[in-house]
Amino acid sequence: MDNRRKYVIPGDVITTGPFRPEQNVILDGNKIISTTIGVSEIYDDSVKVISLTGKYIPKINDLVIGKVISHTSLSWELDINSCYVGFLPAQDVFGRDFSAHADELTSKLKSGDLVAARIANFDRTRDPLVTIADRDLGKIDSGDLIKISPSKVPRLIGKRGTMIQTIETATNAVITIGQNGWVVVSCDNPEGLLKAKKAIEMVNEQAHVANLTDQVKEMLESKGES
Amino acid sequence: MGGRESTLVLLDENGVRCDGRKVDEPRRIMIKAGGLKNADGSAYIEFGDNKILVGVYGPRDVHPKHMADTDTGILRVRYHMEPFSVGERKNPAPSRREIEISKVIKEALLPAVMLEKFPRTAVDVFIEVLQADGGTRCAALSAASVALADAGIPMRDLVAACASGKVADTIILDVNNEEDQAGQADMPIGYMPNLDQITLLQLDGILSPEEFKKCVETGVNGCKLVYDLQKKALTEKYFQNGGEQ
Repeated sequence: MDNRRKYVIPGDVITTGPFRPEQNVILDGNKIISTTIGVSEIYDDSVKVISLTGKYIPKINDLVIGKVISHTSLSWELDINSCYVGFLPAQDVFGRDFSAHADELTSKLKSGDLVAARIANFDRTRDPLVTIADRDLGKIDSGDLIKISPSKVPRLIGKRGTMIQTIETATNAVITIGQNGWVVVSCDNPEGLLKAKKAIEMVNEQAHVANLTDQVKEMLESKGES
Repeated sequence: MGGRESTLVLLDENGVRCDGRKVDEPRRIMIKAGGLKNADGSAYIEFGDNKILVGVYGPRDVHPKHMADTDTGILRVRYHMEPFSVGERKNPAPSRREIEISKVIKEALLPAVMLEKFPRTAVDVFIEVLQADGGTRCAALSAASVALADAGIPMRDLVAACASGKVADTIILDVNNEEDQAGQADMPIGYMPNLDQITLLQLDGILSPEEFKKCVETGVNGCKLVYDLQKKALTEKYFQNGGEQ
Protein backbone atom coordinates (compact mmCIF):
# COMPACT_ATOMS: atom_id res chain seq x y z
CA MET A 1 0.00 0.00 0.00
CA ASP A 2 2.69 2.46 1.01
CA ASN A 3 4.58 2.23 -2.25
CA ARG A 4 1.46 3.38 -4.03
CA ARG A 5 1.62 6.76 -2.35
CA LYS A 6 3.33 9.44 -4.35
CA TYR A 7 3.84 13.18 -4.19
CA VAL A 8 2.14 14.86 -7.12
CA ILE A 9 1.67 18.35 -8.54
CA PRO A 10 -1.02 19.49 -11.01
CA GLY A 11 -0.69 17.76 -14.35
CA ASP A 12 1.22 14.75 -13.07
CA VAL A 13 0.05 11.44 -14.47
CA ILE A 14 -0.58 9.24 -11.44
CA THR A 15 -1.35 6.03 -13.26
CA THR A 16 -3.02 4.65 -16.34
CA GLY A 17 -5.71 2.07 -16.58
CA PRO A 18 -9.29 1.43 -15.56
CA PHE A 19 -9.50 3.31 -12.29
CA ARG A 20 -12.32 5.40 -10.91
CA PRO A 21 -11.25 9.01 -10.42
CA GLU A 22 -12.08 10.29 -6.95
CA GLN A 23 -11.17 13.59 -5.37
CA ASN A 24 -8.66 15.95 -6.99
CA VAL A 25 -8.02 13.84 -10.06
CA ILE A 26 -9.33 13.93 -13.61
CA LEU A 27 -9.50 11.25 -16.23
CA ASP A 28 -7.96 12.07 -19.61
CA GLY A 29 -8.29 9.14 -21.98
CA ASN A 30 -6.96 6.35 -19.80
CA LYS A 31 -4.57 8.58 -17.89
CA ILE A 32 -5.38 9.70 -14.35
CA ILE A 33 -4.07 13.20 -13.78
CA SER A 34 -3.69 15.06 -10.50
CA THR A 35 -5.25 18.52 -10.32
CA THR A 36 -3.57 19.67 -7.15
CA ILE A 37 -0.44 19.48 -5.05
CA GLY A 38 -0.75 16.53 -2.74
CA VAL A 39 -0.24 12.87 -2.03
CA SER A 40 -1.79 10.39 -4.44
CA GLU A 41 -3.30 7.15 -3.23
CA ILE A 42 -4.21 4.24 -5.45
CA TYR A 43 -6.79 1.79 -4.20
CA ASP A 44 -8.02 -1.39 -5.86
CA ASP A 45 -10.34 0.40 -8.23
CA SER A 46 -10.00 4.10 -7.53
CA VAL A 47 -7.43 6.85 -7.31
CA LYS A 48 -7.46 9.99 -5.20
CA VAL A 49 -5.16 12.81 -4.23
CA ILE A 50 -5.11 14.25 -0.75
CA SER A 51 -4.54 17.94 -1.25
CA LEU A 52 -1.90 19.79 0.73
CA THR A 53 -3.19 23.25 -0.06
CA GLY A 54 -6.32 25.12 -0.95
CA LYS A 55 -9.43 26.63 0.56
CA TYR A 56 -12.30 24.79 2.17
CA ILE A 57 -15.04 23.73 -0.21
CA PRO A 58 -18.25 22.75 1.63
CA LYS A 59 -19.40 19.14 1.39
CA ILE A 60 -22.73 17.82 2.59
CA ASN A 61 -22.53 16.33 6.10
CA ASP A 62 -19.27 18.04 6.99
CA LEU A 63 -18.99 19.30 10.54
CA VAL A 64 -17.77 22.88 10.42
CA ILE A 65 -17.10 25.61 12.94
CA GLY A 66 -18.68 28.87 11.89
CA LYS A 67 -18.66 32.40 13.16
CA VAL A 68 -21.86 34.43 12.98
CA ILE A 69 -21.29 37.41 10.70
CA SER A 70 -24.76 38.90 10.54
CA HIS A 71 -28.42 38.06 10.53
CA THR A 72 -31.60 39.05 8.77
CA SER A 73 -35.04 38.62 10.29
CA LEU A 74 -35.16 35.04 9.03
CA SER A 75 -31.65 33.67 9.07
CA TRP A 76 -28.06 34.00 10.18
CA GLU A 77 -24.99 34.14 8.00
CA LEU A 78 -21.95 32.22 9.13
CA ASP A 79 -18.36 32.68 8.14
CA ILE A 80 -17.23 29.13 7.50
CA ASN A 81 -13.73 29.94 6.22
CA SER A 82 -14.76 29.23 2.65
CA CYS A 83 -15.50 31.20 -0.46
CA TYR A 84 -19.19 30.82 0.36
CA VAL A 85 -21.07 31.95 3.48
CA GLY A 86 -23.08 29.45 5.51
CA PHE A 87 -26.81 30.07 5.62
CA LEU A 88 -28.52 29.15 8.89
CA PRO A 89 -32.30 29.54 8.79
CA ALA A 90 -34.04 30.67 11.97
CA GLN A 91 -36.48 27.73 11.94
CA ASP A 92 -33.52 25.50 12.55
CA VAL A 93 -32.92 27.11 15.93
CA PHE A 94 -36.41 28.19 17.07
CA GLY A 95 -38.32 25.26 15.68
CA ARG A 96 -41.15 25.18 13.20
CA ASP A 97 -43.32 27.68 15.06
CA PHE A 98 -40.76 30.40 14.49
CA SER A 99 -42.30 33.77 13.90
CA ALA A 100 -40.34 36.64 12.48
CA HIS A 101 -42.15 39.20 14.71
CA ALA A 102 -42.22 37.33 17.99
CA ASP A 103 -38.73 35.84 18.07
CA GLU A 104 -35.59 37.91 18.22
CA LEU A 105 -32.72 36.17 16.48
CA THR A 106 -30.06 37.85 18.59
CA SER A 107 -31.49 36.16 21.69
CA LYS A 108 -30.02 32.88 20.49
CA LEU A 109 -26.98 33.82 18.41
CA LYS A 110 -25.23 37.16 18.20
CA SER A 111 -22.67 38.12 15.62
CA GLY A 112 -19.25 36.96 16.68
CA ASP A 113 -20.58 33.78 18.27
CA LEU A 114 -18.96 30.50 17.35
CA VAL A 115 -21.20 27.68 16.22
CA ALA A 116 -20.59 24.02 15.53
CA ALA A 117 -22.74 23.22 12.54
CA ARG A 118 -23.25 20.62 9.89
CA ILE A 119 -23.55 21.32 6.17
CA ALA A 120 -27.12 20.22 5.46
CA ASN A 121 -27.21 20.99 1.80
CA PHE A 122 -24.90 22.46 -0.77
CA ASP A 123 -25.03 22.58 -4.50
CA ARG A 124 -23.50 24.78 -7.13
CA THR A 125 -26.46 27.14 -7.33
CA ARG A 126 -26.86 28.31 -3.75
CA ASP A 127 -24.84 29.09 -0.68
CA PRO A 128 -24.38 26.16 1.68
CA LEU A 129 -27.28 25.54 4.06
CA VAL A 130 -26.11 24.65 7.53
CA THR A 131 -27.96 23.17 10.46
CA ILE A 132 -27.34 23.07 14.19
CA ALA A 133 -30.28 20.80 14.95
CA ASP A 134 -28.39 17.74 16.01
CA ARG A 135 -26.54 16.33 18.97
CA ASP A 136 -23.17 18.00 19.67
CA LEU A 137 -24.05 20.89 17.39
CA GLY A 138 -24.93 24.43 18.36
CA LYS A 139 -23.35 27.41 20.00
CA ILE A 140 -19.87 26.95 21.41
CA ASP A 141 -19.66 28.61 24.81
CA SER A 142 -16.07 28.05 25.81
CA GLY A 143 -12.75 27.12 24.33
CA ASP A 144 -10.02 28.55 22.17
CA LEU A 145 -10.29 28.84 18.40
CA ILE A 146 -7.30 27.72 16.38
CA LYS A 147 -7.21 28.22 12.64
CA ILE A 148 -5.35 25.65 10.61
CA SER A 149 -5.18 24.99 6.90
CA PRO A 150 -8.35 23.09 5.85
CA SER A 151 -6.24 20.74 3.75
CA LYS A 152 -4.50 19.57 6.90
CA VAL A 153 -7.65 18.59 8.78
CA PRO A 154 -7.43 14.90 7.73
CA ARG A 155 -3.87 14.85 9.06
CA LEU A 156 -4.98 16.29 12.39
CA ILE A 157 -7.63 13.62 12.71
CA GLY A 158 -5.20 10.93 11.59
CA LYS A 159 -5.96 7.42 10.46
CA ARG A 160 -9.16 6.41 12.24
CA GLY A 161 -8.76 9.32 14.61
CA THR A 162 -5.41 8.24 16.05
CA MET A 163 -3.79 11.65 15.99
CA ILE A 164 -6.62 13.48 17.69
CA GLN A 165 -7.04 10.73 20.28
CA THR A 166 -3.35 10.97 21.10
CA ILE A 167 -3.65 14.69 21.72
CA GLU A 168 -6.89 14.40 23.67
CA THR A 169 -5.72 11.67 26.03
CA ALA A 170 -2.37 13.33 26.67
CA THR A 171 -3.85 16.71 27.54
CA ASN A 172 -7.37 15.92 28.76
CA ALA A 173 -8.67 18.52 26.34
CA VAL A 174 -11.87 18.36 24.35
CA ILE A 175 -11.16 19.17 20.73
CA THR A 176 -13.81 19.93 18.13
CA ILE A 177 -12.45 19.87 14.61
CA GLY A 178 -14.36 21.58 11.84
CA GLN A 179 -13.65 20.29 8.37
CA ASN A 180 -13.16 23.92 7.39
CA GLY A 181 -9.92 24.16 9.32
CA TRP A 182 -11.25 25.81 12.44
CA VAL A 183 -10.62 23.92 15.63
CA VAL A 184 -11.97 24.64 19.09
CA VAL A 185 -10.00 23.37 22.04
CA SER A 186 -11.33 23.47 25.56
CA CYS A 187 -9.59 22.18 28.61
CA ASP A 188 -9.99 22.81 32.33
CA ASN A 189 -6.28 22.66 32.87
CA PRO A 190 -4.52 25.70 31.31
CA GLU A 191 -1.33 23.75 30.80
CA GLY A 192 -3.16 21.06 28.89
CA LEU A 193 -4.80 23.72 26.77
CA LEU A 194 -1.45 25.20 25.81
CA LYS A 195 -0.02 21.80 25.04
CA ALA A 196 -2.99 20.79 22.91
CA LYS A 197 -2.74 24.05 20.99
CA LYS A 198 0.94 23.52 20.44
CA ALA A 199 0.34 19.98 19.20
CA ILE A 200 -2.31 21.16 16.74
CA GLU A 201 -0.01 23.86 15.42
CA MET A 202 2.72 21.29 15.08
CA VAL A 203 0.48 19.12 12.92
CA ASN A 204 -0.44 22.16 10.85
CA GLU A 205 3.17 23.01 10.16
CA GLN A 206 4.54 19.53 9.65
CA ALA A 207 1.64 17.80 7.95
CA HIS A 208 3.83 16.28 5.25
CA VAL A 209 6.19 14.55 7.70
CA ALA A 210 5.84 10.81 8.04
CA ASN A 211 5.37 9.32 11.53
CA LEU A 212 3.98 12.58 12.82
CA THR A 213 1.77 10.86 15.40
CA ASP A 214 4.85 9.50 17.15
CA GLN A 215 6.54 12.87 17.08
CA VAL A 216 3.48 14.58 18.50
CA LYS A 217 3.28 11.95 21.21
CA GLU A 218 6.93 12.52 22.05
CA MET A 219 6.41 16.26 22.25
CA LEU A 220 3.37 15.90 24.48
CA GLU A 221 5.13 13.50 26.82
CA SER A 222 8.41 15.36 27.05
CA LYS A 223 6.64 18.55 28.08
CA GLY A 224 4.67 16.65 30.64
CA GLU A 225 7.82 15.65 32.51
CA SER A 226 9.39 19.08 32.76
CA MET B 1 10.25 44.94 -36.21
CA GLY B 2 11.73 43.30 -39.28
CA GLY B 3 15.34 43.89 -38.24
CA ARG B 4 16.25 47.41 -37.38
CA GLU B 5 19.76 48.67 -38.06
CA SER B 6 21.94 48.21 -35.04
CA THR B 7 25.60 48.34 -34.15
CA LEU B 8 25.09 45.47 -31.69
CA VAL B 9 26.28 42.06 -32.91
CA LEU B 10 23.36 39.84 -31.99
CA LEU B 11 24.92 36.60 -33.17
CA ASP B 12 28.60 36.16 -33.98
CA GLU B 13 30.08 33.66 -36.42
CA ASN B 14 30.60 31.09 -33.64
CA GLY B 15 26.89 31.05 -32.82
CA VAL B 16 27.32 33.02 -29.62
CA ARG B 17 24.68 35.61 -28.78
CA CYS B 18 25.13 39.15 -27.46
CA ASP B 19 24.95 37.99 -23.84
CA GLY B 20 27.21 35.00 -24.38
CA ARG B 21 24.51 32.36 -24.65
CA LYS B 22 24.27 29.64 -27.26
CA VAL B 23 21.42 29.61 -29.76
CA ASP B 24 19.27 27.17 -27.78
CA GLU B 25 20.27 28.22 -24.30
CA PRO B 26 17.80 29.97 -21.98
CA ARG B 27 18.79 32.56 -19.43
CA ARG B 28 19.32 31.66 -15.80
CA ILE B 29 15.93 30.86 -14.30
CA MET B 30 15.03 30.66 -10.61
CA ILE B 31 11.50 30.01 -9.36
CA LYS B 32 10.33 30.03 -5.76
CA ALA B 33 6.86 28.99 -4.67
CA GLY B 34 5.27 30.76 -1.72
CA GLY B 35 6.86 33.63 0.10
CA LEU B 36 3.88 35.93 0.61
CA LYS B 37 2.06 35.29 3.86
CA ASN B 38 -1.15 37.20 3.21
CA ALA B 39 -1.88 35.87 -0.27
CA ASP B 40 -3.49 32.45 -0.69
CA GLY B 41 -0.74 31.49 -3.09
CA SER B 42 2.37 33.17 -4.39
CA ALA B 43 5.48 32.71 -6.46
CA TYR B 44 8.64 34.61 -7.32
CA ILE B 45 10.58 34.18 -10.51
CA GLU B 46 13.92 35.42 -11.74
CA PHE B 47 14.19 34.90 -15.45
CA GLY B 48 17.55 36.34 -16.49
CA ASP B 49 17.31 39.92 -15.25
CA ASN B 50 13.52 39.80 -14.97
CA LYS B 51 12.25 39.76 -11.42
CA ILE B 52 8.56 39.12 -10.97
CA LEU B 53 6.39 38.53 -7.93
CA VAL B 54 2.93 36.96 -8.22
CA GLY B 55 0.20 36.77 -5.60
CA VAL B 56 -3.02 34.79 -5.97
CA TYR B 57 -6.23 35.20 -3.98
CA GLY B 58 -9.19 32.95 -4.13
CA PRO B 59 -11.54 31.44 -4.84
CA ARG B 60 -13.32 34.30 -3.09
CA ASP B 61 -16.40 36.49 -3.34
CA VAL B 62 -16.73 38.51 -6.50
CA HIS B 63 -16.84 42.27 -6.14
CA PRO B 64 -18.47 44.01 -7.95
CA LYS B 65 -21.26 41.44 -7.67
CA HIS B 66 -22.48 41.79 -11.26
CA MET B 67 -19.23 40.28 -12.52
CA ALA B 68 -20.03 36.95 -10.87
CA ASP B 69 -20.97 34.06 -13.11
CA THR B 70 -23.48 31.56 -11.76
CA ASP B 71 -22.06 28.78 -13.96
CA THR B 72 -18.40 29.08 -13.18
CA GLY B 73 -15.76 31.01 -11.34
CA ILE B 74 -13.98 33.84 -13.03
CA LEU B 75 -10.29 34.54 -13.38
CA ARG B 76 -8.96 38.07 -13.10
CA VAL B 77 -5.38 38.89 -13.88
CA ARG B 78 -3.54 42.13 -13.33
CA TYR B 79 -0.09 42.49 -14.84
CA HIS B 80 1.61 45.55 -13.51
CA MET B 81 5.09 46.99 -13.96
CA GLU B 82 6.63 48.90 -11.11
CA PRO B 83 7.75 52.45 -11.93
CA PHE B 84 11.33 51.35 -11.18
CA SER B 85 11.20 48.18 -13.27
CA VAL B 86 12.60 49.83 -16.40
CA GLY B 87 15.35 52.34 -17.22
CA GLU B 88 13.19 55.42 -17.42
CA ARG B 89 10.47 55.75 -14.80
CA LYS B 90 7.29 54.10 -15.95
CA ASN B 91 3.98 55.71 -15.14
CA PRO B 92 2.33 53.33 -12.67
CA ALA B 93 -1.07 53.68 -14.31
CA PRO B 94 -1.98 50.65 -16.41
CA SER B 95 -0.75 51.21 -19.94
CA ARG B 96 -2.17 49.80 -23.14
CA ARG B 97 0.59 47.19 -23.16
CA GLU B 98 -0.10 46.08 -19.57
CA ILE B 99 -3.79 45.70 -20.27
CA GLU B 100 -2.98 43.51 -23.26
CA ILE B 101 -0.55 41.35 -21.31
CA SER B 102 -3.07 40.96 -18.49
CA LYS B 103 -5.56 39.70 -21.04
CA VAL B 104 -3.24 37.27 -22.80
CA ILE B 105 -1.96 35.84 -19.52
CA LYS B 106 -5.53 35.37 -18.33
CA GLU B 107 -6.42 33.56 -21.51
CA ALA B 108 -3.28 31.45 -21.34
CA LEU B 109 -4.15 30.32 -17.81
CA LEU B 110 -7.86 29.69 -18.40
CA PRO B 111 -7.51 26.29 -20.15
CA ALA B 112 -5.50 25.03 -17.18
CA VAL B 113 -7.57 26.18 -14.21
CA MET B 114 -10.78 24.31 -13.39
CA LEU B 115 -12.93 27.25 -12.32
CA GLU B 116 -16.17 25.42 -13.02
CA LYS B 117 -15.76 23.87 -9.58
CA PHE B 118 -16.31 27.26 -7.93
CA PRO B 119 -19.36 29.00 -9.36
CA ARG B 120 -19.98 32.59 -8.24
CA THR B 121 -16.41 33.13 -7.13
CA ALA B 122 -13.34 34.87 -8.48
CA VAL B 123 -9.68 33.98 -8.53
CA ASP B 124 -7.45 37.04 -8.62
CA VAL B 125 -3.91 36.94 -9.90
CA PHE B 126 -1.69 39.94 -9.23
CA ILE B 127 1.56 40.09 -11.14
CA GLU B 128 4.10 42.69 -10.17
CA VAL B 129 7.12 43.13 -12.41
CA LEU B 130 9.91 44.41 -10.19
CA GLN B 131 12.56 44.43 -12.88
CA ALA B 132 12.02 43.93 -16.60
CA ASP B 133 14.46 42.72 -19.22
CA GLY B 134 12.47 41.32 -22.14
CA GLY B 135 10.23 38.28 -22.00
CA THR B 136 8.28 39.38 -18.93
CA ARG B 137 5.01 37.97 -20.18
CA CYS B 138 6.46 34.47 -20.35
CA ALA B 139 8.16 34.76 -17.00
CA ALA B 140 4.98 36.20 -15.48
CA LEU B 141 2.85 33.41 -16.92
CA SER B 142 5.19 30.72 -15.59
CA ALA B 143 5.19 32.30 -12.14
CA ALA B 144 1.41 32.82 -12.17
CA SER B 145 0.77 29.15 -12.80
CA VAL B 146 3.06 28.18 -9.91
CA ALA B 147 1.24 30.66 -7.67
CA LEU B 148 -2.14 29.23 -8.69
CA ALA B 149 -0.98 25.73 -7.86
CA ASP B 150 0.36 27.04 -4.55
CA ALA B 151 -3.07 28.52 -3.80
CA GLY B 152 -4.59 25.08 -4.36
CA ILE B 153 -6.73 26.04 -7.32
CA PRO B 154 -7.47 22.80 -9.20
CA MET B 155 -5.55 22.75 -12.46
CA ARG B 156 -5.39 20.34 -15.35
CA ASP B 157 -1.72 21.11 -15.81
CA LEU B 158 0.85 23.76 -15.07
CA VAL B 159 1.42 26.33 -17.78
CA ALA B 160 5.08 26.83 -18.61
CA ALA B 161 6.10 29.66 -20.88
CA CYS B 162 9.17 30.62 -22.81
CA ALA B 163 9.84 32.77 -25.85
CA SER B 164 11.67 31.92 -29.02
CA GLY B 165 12.55 34.22 -31.88
CA LYS B 166 14.64 34.99 -34.88
CA VAL B 167 17.84 36.95 -34.75
CA ALA B 168 20.32 37.29 -37.61
CA ASP B 169 18.27 34.77 -39.62
CA THR B 170 18.67 32.14 -36.90
CA ILE B 171 15.97 30.72 -34.64
CA ILE B 172 16.90 31.25 -31.02
CA LEU B 173 15.47 30.35 -27.62
CA ASP B 174 14.53 32.86 -24.92
CA VAL B 175 14.74 36.31 -26.47
CA ASN B 176 16.27 38.96 -24.21
CA ASN B 177 15.62 42.68 -24.30
CA GLU B 178 18.31 43.57 -26.89
CA GLU B 179 17.29 40.73 -29.17
CA ASP B 180 13.67 41.73 -28.80
CA GLN B 181 14.43 45.33 -29.78
CA ALA B 182 16.77 44.57 -32.68
CA GLY B 183 15.78 41.04 -33.71
CA GLN B 184 13.57 39.92 -36.56
CA ALA B 185 10.88 38.01 -34.69
CA ASP B 186 9.73 37.25 -31.16
CA MET B 187 7.32 34.46 -30.30
CA PRO B 188 6.11 33.97 -26.71
CA ILE B 189 4.70 30.49 -26.13
CA GLY B 190 2.65 29.14 -23.23
CA TYR B 191 2.53 25.38 -23.07
CA MET B 192 1.00 22.67 -20.90
CA PRO B 193 3.65 19.92 -20.95
CA ASN B 194 1.62 16.96 -19.74
CA LEU B 195 -1.37 17.67 -21.94
CA ASP B 196 0.90 18.74 -24.82
CA GLN B 197 -1.22 21.80 -25.56
CA ILE B 198 -0.25 25.35 -26.39
CA THR B 199 -2.22 28.02 -24.51
CA LEU B 200 -0.39 31.15 -25.62
CA LEU B 201 1.11 31.86 -29.00
CA GLN B 202 1.94 35.33 -30.13
CA LEU B 203 4.24 36.38 -32.93
CA ASP B 204 5.80 39.75 -33.56
CA GLY B 205 7.79 39.69 -36.81
CA ILE B 206 7.86 37.74 -40.03
CA LEU B 207 8.70 34.05 -40.34
CA SER B 208 8.50 31.60 -43.23
CA PRO B 209 6.37 28.48 -42.61
CA GLU B 210 9.50 26.40 -41.98
CA GLU B 211 10.92 28.96 -39.61
CA PHE B 212 7.58 29.15 -37.83
CA LYS B 213 7.59 25.42 -37.22
CA LYS B 214 11.14 25.47 -35.96
CA CYS B 215 10.37 28.47 -33.79
CA VAL B 216 7.40 26.75 -32.12
CA GLU B 217 9.47 23.63 -31.58
CA THR B 218 12.32 25.60 -30.01
CA GLY B 219 9.89 27.50 -27.80
CA VAL B 220 8.15 24.34 -26.63
CA ASN B 221 11.51 22.83 -25.71
CA GLY B 222 12.20 25.95 -23.68
CA CYS B 223 8.84 25.57 -21.94
CA LYS B 224 9.80 22.05 -20.93
CA LEU B 225 12.95 23.39 -19.29
CA VAL B 226 10.85 25.98 -17.44
CA TYR B 227 8.37 23.26 -16.41
CA ASP B 228 11.13 21.26 -14.71
CA LEU B 229 11.97 24.32 -12.65
CA GLN B 230 8.31 24.99 -11.78
CA LYS B 231 8.01 21.42 -10.62
CA LYS B 232 11.17 21.77 -8.58
CA ALA B 233 9.88 24.95 -6.95
CA LEU B 234 6.62 23.31 -5.86
CA THR B 235 8.37 20.14 -4.73
CA GLU B 236 10.76 22.19 -2.63
CA LYS B 237 7.95 24.00 -0.87
CA TYR B 238 5.65 21.07 -0.22
CA PHE B 239 7.80 17.97 -0.03
CA GLN B 240 11.04 19.20 1.51
CA ASN B 241 11.81 15.82 2.97
CA GLY B 242 11.69 14.60 -0.63
CA GLY B 243 11.16 11.21 -2.15
CA GLU B 244 8.27 8.83 -1.74
CA GLN B 245 6.34 8.58 1.47
